[in-house]
Amino acid sequence: MSDKVKVTIDGITVEVEPGTSILNAARQIGGDIVPPAMCYYSKLEGSGGKCRTCIVKVSKGSEKDPRPMPKLVASCRTTVMDGMEVQNITSPEVIEARSGVVEMLLINHPLDCPVCDQAGECDLQNLGYEHGLQKTRYEFERRTFERIDIGDKIQLHMNRCILCYRCVFTADQITNKRVHGILNRGDHSEISTYIQTAVDNDFSGNVIDVCPVGALTDRTFRFRNRVWFTKPIDAHRDCPTCSGKVTLWYKGEDVLRVTARKDIYGEVEEFICNTCRFDKKKTADWTIEHPTHISDASVIASNHYETLMPLPVIQNNQKLQQANQVELEKTAKF
Amino acid sequence: MARKLLLEHINVPGIHTLDVYRQKGGYRAVEKALKTLSPDEVVEEVKKSGLRGRGGAGFPTGMKWSFLAKPEGVARYLVCNADESEPGTFKDRYLMTHIPHALIEGMIVASFALGANTSYIYVRGEMMPQIRILERAIAEAKNAGFLGKNILGSGYDLELYVQPGGGAYICGEETALLESLEGKRGNPRIKPPFPAIAGLYGCPTVVNNVESIAAVVPIINDGGDEYAKVGIGRSTGTKLISASGNLVRPGVYEIELGLPVEEFIYSDEYCGGIANGKRLKATVAGGSSVPVLPANLTLKLANGEPRLMSYESLSEGGFATGTMMGSGGFIAFDEDQCIVRNTWNFARFYHHESCGQCSPCREGTGWMEKVLHRLEYGHGKMSDIDLLVDVSKKIEGNTICPLGDAAAWPVASAIRHFRDEFEWHVKEPVKSLDTNYGLANYAEPIAKAEVTTGN
Amino acid sequence: MLKVEEQQPVEFSAALIEKFDEIISRYPQGKHKSALLPMLHETQAELGWLSTSAMDKVAAHLDILPIEVYEVASFYSMYFLRPQGKYVLEVCRTGPCCLVGAEKIMNHIEQSLGVKEGEVTPDGLFSWRGVECLAACGYGPVLQIGPEYTFYENLDAQKVDELIQDLRKK
Ligand SMILES: Cc1cc2nc3c(=O)[nH]c(=O)nc-3n(C[C@H](O)[C@H](O)[C@H](O)COP(=O)(O)O)c2cc1C
Ligand code: SF4
Ligand code: SF4
Ligand code: FES
Repeated sequence: MSDKVKVTIDGITVEVEPGTSILNAARQIGGDIVPPAMCYYSKLEGSGGKCRTCIVKVSKGSEKDPRPMPKLVASCRTTVMDGMEVQNITSPEVIEARSGVVEMLLINHPLDCPVCDQAGECDLQNLGYEHGLQKTRYEFERRTFERIDIGDKIQLHMNRCILCYRCVFTADQITNKRVHGILNRGDHSEISTYIQTAVDNDFSGNVIDVCPVGALTDRTFRFRNRVWFTKPIDAHRDCPTCSGKVTLWYKGEDVLRVTARKDIYGEVEEFICNTCRFDKKKTADWTIEHPTHISDASVIASNHYETLMPLPVIQNNQKLQQANQVELEKTAKF
Repeated sequence: MARKLLLEHINVPGIHTLDVYRQKGGYRAVEKALKTLSPDEVVEEVKKSGLRGRGGAGFPTGMKWSFLAKPEGVARYLVCNADESEPGTFKDRYLMTHIPHALIEGMIVASFALGANTSYIYVRGEMMPQIRILERAIAEAKNAGFLGKNILGSGYDLELYVQPGGGAYICGEETALLESLEGKRGNPRIKPPFPAIAGLYGCPTVVNNVESIAAVVPIINDGGDEYAKVGIGRSTGTKLISASGNLVRPGVYEIELGLPVEEFIYSDEYCGGIANGKRLKATVAGGSSVPVLPANLTLKLANGEPRLMSYESLSEGGFATGTMMGSGGFIAFDEDQCIVRNTWNFARFYHHESCGQCSPCREGTGWMEKVLHRLEYGHGKMSDIDLLVDVSKKIEGNTICPLGDAAAWPVASAIRHFRDEFEWHVKEPVKSLDTNYGLANYAEPIAKAEVTTGN
Repeated sequence: MLKVEEQQPVEFSAALIEKFDEIISRYPQGKHKSALLPMLHETQAELGWLSTSAMDKVAAHLDILPIEVYEVASFYSMYFLRPQGKYVLEVCRTGPCCLVGAEKIMNHIEQSLGVKEGEVTPDGLFSWRGVECLAACGYGPVLQIGPEYTFYENLDAQKVDELIQDLRKK
C-alpha cells in the first residue's frame, strides 16, 4: 500500500491511488464533506472544471511542499498530493465562494422550478437550497431562448442550461456522431444543433440523464409529472445494444419513463440505449428487481421541496447551519 | 536619448525588407547562436538577461524556457503570441508592421534554443496586413537560408508559419491560443498540465509574446549580462510602451525600465503631456486589465516618492495604492473623462470577450456590465456600488483563467479610487448625463497623513 | 438555435481549394483541423459570409463534423454567419478609442449610411458595426474593412465621408 497517497479533507484522512482528484478522494470518504459537482462526470473524459461549484481550499499543498495553494481550486480537476490537506465545508471562505458561484448559476436561470420537469431531481435546485439562496439580487431580464425539440425524443429548454458541457462530452464519447454542440460565446453560449436536425442515434438519449438540470428532457415522458409522485423501480431486460439495466419510473401501474440507474452522486451507473429508454414502456418489457434506493440528499427522499424544509445536511452540520442561518430562521418561523 | 534595443533602426527607410535589416546588423543573432552557441547556452544568456515576459504576466522568460519538458522523440513547439487584444496595447502591431524581421530573427533563435523544428506565430485575425507582412518576411528569410533545412549549415531545421486568429481576446491567454491554433473554440484549458509539459497537440510548448521574442535578438547579440545592465533592479532591459488616450503624442515608445512615470507623460521625448492643455485625471498603466489609478497615485507612490515605469514600482503599494506593468498599455485620461463611463466600457469589453466556460466569469461579467450601464445612464442606486464590489469579488480568483480577474480588477479599482464619482452619478442622475464630475481631488498631492507603513 | 435562411448550395473556386491544401500543409500529419480558422477566413473572403452550406463544405474538406465548424465559426467575432454589405466598416468602440471620439464616429457613420449597427444599406454596399479594441489605440478613432482588413486611422467625420465616397465609386 506504500504507493497510495494520503489526503485529509475536512479533518478526515483517506488513502487513495496517486492521480486521484480531490473530489474523488472526498467521494471515497463520503458524506457531507463531498463537494457538489455540477459539471464533472466521472464517466466522461475531460469533464469538470467549468461550473466551479466544487471549489475547495487547499490549506497544505503536500508533505514535500506544505505551502497552501493561493486560490481556491476546482476539486474535480485538482490531483491530490501526499500529505495534502483540504478544507471544504469547514472553510467559511469556501462556503461563501460556493454560494457566490451558485448565485451566478442562478441569475440567468428561470425561476420556474414549479413547472420544470426536472424539479425534485435537479442538482441546481438542491444546491440553491443548500446555500440558502432564495432571493435574487439580479434585477435584469433573464436570458431567454425558445424551447426546441431536437428530434422527436428529446426536448431542449436552453433557458435552464448551465453550460456544463456534459451533454457535449456524452455525444462525443458515447454516440458515434455528434450533431449538437456549444455555439456562440460568453453568456450568449447555447447548446444547439445550429441547423434543424434531430439528435438521433442509438445512445443519444443519454444526454438527458447526464444533464444536471432540466435543460434536456425526455419528450416521451408520459403524463409529465412531479418526480416525487412517481415511484422508481430498478429493472432489467436482455438488450442486444446495452446492459439493459434501468430504473422505471411508475405512477400507479404506468411506466412514465425509463432512465439509466444513477448512483448517489447522480451519475449513471451504465449508459443505456434509446430502445430501452424510449420504446419499452410496458411492465411486460422488463424483469422487475426492487425499488430504487434513493440517496438521502435527494429532494425526492426528503421531500422538502413541498415543505420548504432545508436539507438534512444543513440541519446536522454546524458550519452549514451558520452559512444558512437566515434561511433556517425563516423556516423556523414558518 | 535613452537606449533603444528594439526600435533603434525603426526610422530607417526599407527596414521592413531583409536587405536593409541585414545592413543594419540584422540576423547576426541567428549566425551567432547557430554557429557558436549550443541551445542550452542560448537559454543561459536569456536567463542572465533577466528578461521578463512582455505579454502581461511578467514571468522570467529564461526560466520558462528551462521548464520545457524534453521527452525523447516528441516534437516541441514555440508559439509566438501575437494576439494583441488587450485594450490600450498596440506595440506588437507596431513592431510587426515596421520591423518584422526582428520578430522572425527572434523566433529562429528561440526555436533553436528550445529545439523546436516547427514554430507558429499566432496573429490576431484582424491584423491581416501584418500577417501579409510577416508572410513576405518569412519568404525572404527562407530564400536567404535563415529558415528551412540545415540553416546556415548548422544542421538545424526550422519551418515558421503564421496563423490567423478569428477575433477573440481570450485567445491571448496562452492555452486558449493553443486550442485556437488546433482549430477549436478558444476555451482556456484547465491547468495543470501547463503548456511546458503538454501544449500544442499535447507536446511540450513555449508560448511567448512578440516583444519577448524580439528582445532575444539584442540579448544574444550583446550578451545577457549587457542586457541586464539596462533597466532597474529586477526590471531589466527596455520595454515597449503603447501610449494612448488624451496625450499630446500617443504612440509606441521604447523606454528603459525605471523611467519616472512623470517624465514619460510630460517630457517631449515621450508623450509630451496631456492634450489640449488639460490636466491628467487618471491612468491605466498596463492595459485595461490592471487597476486604474488617479493622477496623484500615478505620478507618486503613497509615500510621496516618484513612481517609476518598472514592474516593481508600478505595483508598489499592492492594489490599495498601486497597479501593474501588465502589457505596457498606458492609457491617460484627462480631466473631462468620466471614470464611470470608462469602467462600464471596459466591463462591456470583458462581458463580450468572456469565453463562457466557467460560471462566475460568464454570468458575472454580464451582471457587472448591466449594473454599470445603469449607473452611467442615470438609473443607478447607491447599493449598486457595493453590489459591484461584491460581484467582482465573487469572480476574482474563482475562474479557470485570469480573464475573470482581469474583468474584476478594473471595476474594483475604479470604485476603490473614484467612489465619490460613482456616488455623484447616483445623486445627480440627470446632470451626470451631459456633464462630468471633473478632476475633483484626484490630482491633488497625496496628503502626508495618508501614508501608512506596511498596510 | 440560429434561424438559418434558405440553404443555397455554394461552389468553391479552384483557387480556394488550392489555398486550402496549402494551408493544411502547414501542420503536422493528422493535425489538419488546425487549418479551420484560416480556411474560414479564405472562404469568407471569397463568399462574403459563411453560409451553412459553405461551412459544411469546409467540414467535408477537413473530414470533421459540421457541428465542429459551427461551434468555431460562432465563437469568433470575425466570421459572419449572415450576409453583410460588400464593405463592412468595423469601428473600434473600446475605452481608449472612446477617449478620443470613437462614439462620435459611430454616430456619424450611422447617419451617413442611414442604417443601424448590423444592418445592410439598401444598395447592399455597406454595413457597419462596433468592434472591440483593434490594437491601434494610439491612432484612434480607427476602423477596418475586410477581407484584407485595411486600416483607417485618426478618423474624423470628414475622413469618414471621403472614405464612404471612395468606396461608393469603386
Ligand atoms: C485574457 C488574457 C489575454 C491575454 N492576451 C495576451 C496577448 O494578447 N498577448 C500576449 O502576448 N499575452 C497575452 N496574455 C498573456 C499570455 O497568457 C501569456 O502569459 C503570454 O503570452 C506569455 O508570454 P510572455 O511570457 O512572453 O509574456 C493574455 C492573458 C490573458 C489571461
Ligand atoms: S443542456 Fe444540460 S447537459 Fe448540456 S450543457 Fe446544458 S446543462 Fe449541461
Ligand atoms: S475566466 Fe472567463 S474567459 Fe477564462 S475560462 Fe472562465 S469563462 Fe472563459
Ligand atoms: S464539478 Fe468541478 S468545476 Fe464543476
